[in-house]
Formats: sequence, C-alpha cells, structure tokens
Amino acid sequence: MRRFYFDHNATTPVSPEVLAAMLPMLGEVYGNASSVHHFGQMARQALDEARKHVAAMLDASPEEIVFTSGGTEGDNHALFGVARTGHAITTTIEHPAVLGACDQLASATRVKVDSRGIVDPDDIRRALRPDTKIISVMHANNELGVIQPIEEIAKVARQAGVAMHSDGVQAAGKIPVSVRNLGVDSYAITGHKFYAPKGVGALYLRKGASISPLLYGGHHERDRRAGTENVAGAVALGRAAQWIVEEGAAEWAREAALRDRLEHAILHRVRDAHVNGAGAPRTPNTTNIRFDGIDSDALLIALDLRGFAVSSGAACSSGATEPSHVLTAIGLTKQQAKSSTRFSLGRANSIDDVDALVDAVAASVAHLRKLAPAYA
Amino acid sequence: MPDSTIAVAMSGGVDSSVVAGLLRRDGHEIVGLTMQLWNQRRLPALAPSQPTGRCCSLDDVYDARGVAQHLGIPYYVVNFEDAFEQQVVKPFIGEYLAGRTPIPCTLCNNFIKFDRFIEMAEGVGAERIATGHYARLDWNPDSGRWEMRRSVDRAKDQTYFLFGLTQPQLARTLFPLGGFEKAQVRELARELGIPTAEKPDSQEICFVPNGDYAAFIDAYFAEQGITPSETRGKLVTAGGRVVGEHSGVHHFTVGQRRGLGVAAGEPLYVIATEPATRRVVIGRNDDLLRAKMRVHGVNWISIAPPSAPLRAEVKIRNKHAAAAATITPVDAARVEVRFDQAQRAITPGQGAVFYSAGLVLGGGWIE
Repeated sequence: MRRFYFDHNATTPVSPEVLAAMLPMLGEVYGNASSVHHFGQMARQALDEARKHVAAMLDASPEEIVFTSGGTEGDNHALFGVARTGHAITTTIEHPAVLGACDQLASATRVKVDSRGIVDPDDIRRALRPDTKIISVMHANNELGVIQPIEEIAKVARQAGVAMHSDGVQAAGKIPVSVRNLGVDSYAITGHKFYAPKGVGALYLRKGASISPLLYGGHHERDRRAGTENVAGAVALGRAAQWIVEEGAAEWAREAALRDRLEHAILHRVRDAHVNGAGAPRTPNTTNIRFDGIDSDALLIALDLRGFAVSSGAACSSGATEPSHVLTAIGLTKQQAKSSTRFSLGRANSIDDVDALVDAVAASVAHLRKLAPAYA
Repeated sequence: MPDSTIAVAMSGGVDSSVVAGLLRRDGHEIVGLTMQLWNQRRLPALAPSQPTGRCCSLDDVYDARGVAQHLGIPYYVVNFEDAFEQQVVKPFIGEYLAGRTPIPCTLCNNFIKFDRFIEMAEGVGAERIATGHYARLDWNPDSGRWEMRRSVDRAKDQTYFLFGLTQPQLARTLFPLGGFEKAQVRELARELGIPTAEKPDSQEICFVPNGDYAAFIDAYFAEQGITPSETRGKLVTAGGRVVGEHSGVHHFTVGQRRGLGVAAGEPLYVIATEPATRRVVIGRNDDLLRAKMRVHGVNWISIAPPSAPLRAEVKIRNKHAAAAATITPVDAARVEVRFDQAQRAITPGQGAVFYSAGLVLGGGWIE
C-alpha cells in the first residue's frame, strides 16, 4: 500500500541534504568540540558554522544561539531561567512544553484566546502583576497553525520590564522569523519540525538578557548550556536552517497553495465541514477541519488503514487521543473538538497526493456518517 | 480495507492476544484496538499497592502494542473514557447507593464492548469484531438466531456477563476461544510466540483497585466535589431491632458476613440494604434463602421471547451453580423466576442468566 504523510507538524523526515551534511559528523569528525587538538577543532568548526546558519534563519547573532535537545528544553530553559520565583503569563493554547513548565512555577496566568485562536495583547497587559517575571506566548500554534501577534505582546513585556519568551517550534521553518523584529528575549526552536532529526534544537537568548542556565556542568555554549555538544545534530540543524533561508519562501508558497486546494476541495465535497481557526493568519502548511457528527479517532484510523497519516487531538500516555485543549480553548465543545482533524503538509506532498487525500477523506467521512445516528 | 477485516479487542492479556494470533494465523485481515476506558491517574488516593493485572493500565497498553508488533498487525488505542464513565462507572455507583450490587462488566459489554466498539470497528472498515471472551456462538438456520453456549472450559465461562447481547451484535462477533481450555490457550500463546504468554489472568473489576469498591466510590465523590447524601445508618434485625451502627449502605451487599461489627452467638449476614431508611438488615444464614425473584430488562438470546412458562437452570451470580427453576413471562422485558429449591442471597442488581443444557437462553437484572 502506498502511504502518504500529512502530519508534518508532528515531525518531518530528515531531508537528503541534511542527512548528507550530518553523516560525516557521525564518522570522521568525531572530536569533542571542547577539545584543544585537531579533532576537537574540526568539530568546533562544524559547530560554529552550523550556529551561523541557525542565527541567519532567525535573524540573530551566532553568539545568541544555544544548541539544545529540542523545543521542550528551550521552553523550560527560558521559563525556569527567569521565573523560578514570581509570576508568569502565558496562554491557554500553548504546547505542554510551556504549560507543563508553568505548572512548576510559583504562579502562572493562562490568558484566553479568541475564537480564531488569537490572544489579545491587551489581555496580556491586564494579566500583569507586580511580581510578573516573564510573558511566554507561542509564535504559531501546532494544531491550528494560527500565528500570534508576538511583536505587540513583546512591546507589552518591554513596557512592563518583564522578559518575553516565544515558543517558535511551529513557526521556525514555516514562516519568516526575525527575533529582532519580534522583540523577544528568548525563542525556542526544534530541528525535527523542519527536516533535521529529532533531539536537536536551539534557543535564541538575546544578548544582554538575563536568563539563568537550566543545565549546569561544563563550560559549554558560553556557560549557558552544559553538556558535550551534539555536533552531528547541530550540523543537521544548521543545514536545515540554511535550506530554509535559501528555499523556504518558495516552498512555503507551494505548500500554501496545496493547503488551500485541500481546504477548498474538502469544504466543497464534504458537507458540514468547518475550518478551525479560519480568519486568522496561519502557517502555510496547516489546516484543522471539523467534520460534524464524526469521531476523529475513527477518521484517523480509517485514513491510516487507507495509507493516509493525519492527526487528531493530542496523544496521551497510552497512545489514545484526548480532546485537544487548544480546540476547547477557542470555544469548541468537547464533541466538536473530538470531530476535528489536523492535516499538515510538507515538502514531499504533491498535488496528486492532496487530491488522493481529499478522495479518502470524503469517502471515510461519508462512511462514518452513515453509522452516526444524526447523519443516517 | 477488505470487507472481511476483523477488529480484535486487545487488552494486553493472554486471551485477546491469542485471539489476534489465531485469526492472523488463519489468514484474516485484522486490526488490533485497545479501548482506553479509565484514566489510572485519576483518584490518586486509590493508588494501588500492587498495580498489576488492571485493565487500561499503561503496562497493559504496552503489552497489547507489543503483541500487535509481534504479529505485524495495525494497532490503535481508542479513547472511550467518557462513554465508560457515563455508562458504566456512574451507573455502578448509582446502583450501590440505591442498595443494589451492580455488575459493571455486563454494563461494559452491553454499552461499550459490543456497542461503541462495534461502531468504531465498522467506522474504520472492520465488519466484524473478535474478543477473548470464553463463550461459543453458533448460527441456527432453523430458528434464524445466533445461539450462545457456555465455553468448553466451564471454569472460565463468561456467558454470565454476556446476557445483554442482541442478535445484531452477535452477528458481528467472534469468540474464537469458546472451544478451548484455558491451558490450551496458554499453550497456543507460547506456540504463537506471544510475548505475554505467561501473564497472570486479571480478576477484579478493572477500574476498582483491590476490589475495594466502597473506597472507589468515596474517592470518586471527593474528585467530583460531590457530598453524597448521608449513607450511614442503623444495623437492624429482620424484626426491626437496632443492633448497631454502620458506615454507609454502599459498604454492604446481600450475603456479606464480614464488617458487620456485631457479636452474636451464630454467624450473621446482610439480608437486605434499605437506602431509603439507610438501614442494613442482618440475620441468620437461613434468612437469606429465597425461592422466587423478579427479573427485568430481560434479553433473549438463543430463543425467541417465550409466551409460556419454561424450565431452565438459572444463575444468580457469576460463581453460582445454576439452579433449576421455572421462568414465567410477566411482560415483554420482565419474568418471574421460581426456583425448585430456595437459593441463598438473591441479590438485587446482579444478573440472572437462564441456561438450558449449556445453551444461554437469555438473562436480565434481578429486581
């Protein structure tokens, strides 16, 4: 059976050019980047080169980039590095990497979003307290693709004199990112959302921002992140970032056209289908569609058995899905949230793939609705 | 997917794993599904000292996934937590508070395993389902009905919990283990290389740790922020004499001997619980004997609903040896059962299942 992958917000395959760039780092260039000798210097050189590419993708300086193990580490670093004591402000639709970390802080306010999934900077301002230490708002949402007004929120933070963090995991590699224009103090990204492998990411730490380390130990990463550098991972991240700088804009335009084609075709062919987060600025590859009267778990399984990989809700520890906290936060009922499916496109998807997906979705939804009493 | 696809309900235990293995060996297209029914992280006050053998635990899901990987079949976990809470857990609690002794496994079979699960299976393209229940099904072309029989392994027979299944449900269901002894099933598990071949059987109600249902009910109310109406009251004799106090009617079930806290010259048992007056009536063993009962919500399986009295062996709880009785229809869904010999501890809320020579005629709920 031919398989089609429409779940690029979960993860992406490692691209050929990234694999080619990282393979030597797993072979001949095996030195420890902290070592003084030739082997160490070769690794150090590769690491510094990668750092430049990541910095270029984010419009940062190389010395502002700290390599991490991924998005969760970056978010935890930013939050615990500023607000171990005191108060944090975030939103109701953040990734668990932020919400889970906020649960461990002394106190945190989760600001609501509107029905499109957008947070109002004035609501953030109203949540400020004398002991507020940090505002943390995701740049783009994983489930809806909705993009937040980070620049305006960062202004609120600046005026209040509190730190501004953004979880950029779903934005980096999908939309242009300039940490300077955004005005953030920290910004977390992860490689596997844009064709680097899992287990490597980066945290932008603005020069001059006062953010304590999360991991203590050796003098790696300018004393900001202890632990022997993952050189192969960093090189992969650098190569993936370089591809985004060079080819990203063209690919985003292509994916946006495919996504629009997918949306239009589904809305045209399947009755009672609605785009969640419609009307908000969104990442070009993501659409989240609600099919009234069906259980998205059943749709996901039915599509997978036909060879199409999509996503519904968030996986819990057993692997079952739970109603998405993001979808209920934009005002959907639990039932509506359980009727919603996310399609996220990527580099390998073609027009033919999208058309095949539309056929499979239309057929599967029709079959499921035949069984649903309200649609019999 | 081909129309012949079978969805196997996989719990991670030996039985359902062997079902998947057998169907796979016979060349069927199968998909493995595990039902997530209860979140084990809820009610932390109940954290069990020995968290083994409990359905829906993470270990069981990992086991089921491991078996599916071993067999090379597609596998998914489906979340039925909401339906399970509404249709099994809440009625389970309600029954205890109403002074009855419920069987959640039967509710789960009626409303989850052979309803929601069949619907999910059909939704994903599987026309039939298979489970590891010990029961046998045969099509009788003469009567035009699916007939259910007790399993070959009488000790493992689970037909007592399956009395609510309807003909449309049975038409889609396979019980591949009904013809095997449990020892053979373990042997098959080893033969098929199933990683959980030596896993112990689970016994207790899956969402109630250590069988302590009263503690479960208390913890559930605490979680829901519900202050249950007072259930503490008096222990009385059949004659109405007060002999002590008790900690809540839901701690007691008919026939229970332990936990009464009353000293007497002879063993005392719970004869009845009366939620309206919050009284628990106690008495001697002989006071537990009854020859007659009403049964409601009757579902007929192997025979069409009878219009005249019929003879059958009737089982009033899972471990009860079926006793000879005459069943007289009262109305469409109710019968009166008159035993040839009085039976001990006929318990409201339990199932009454009617057999004739191993054939499951039907069953209902004891009033």
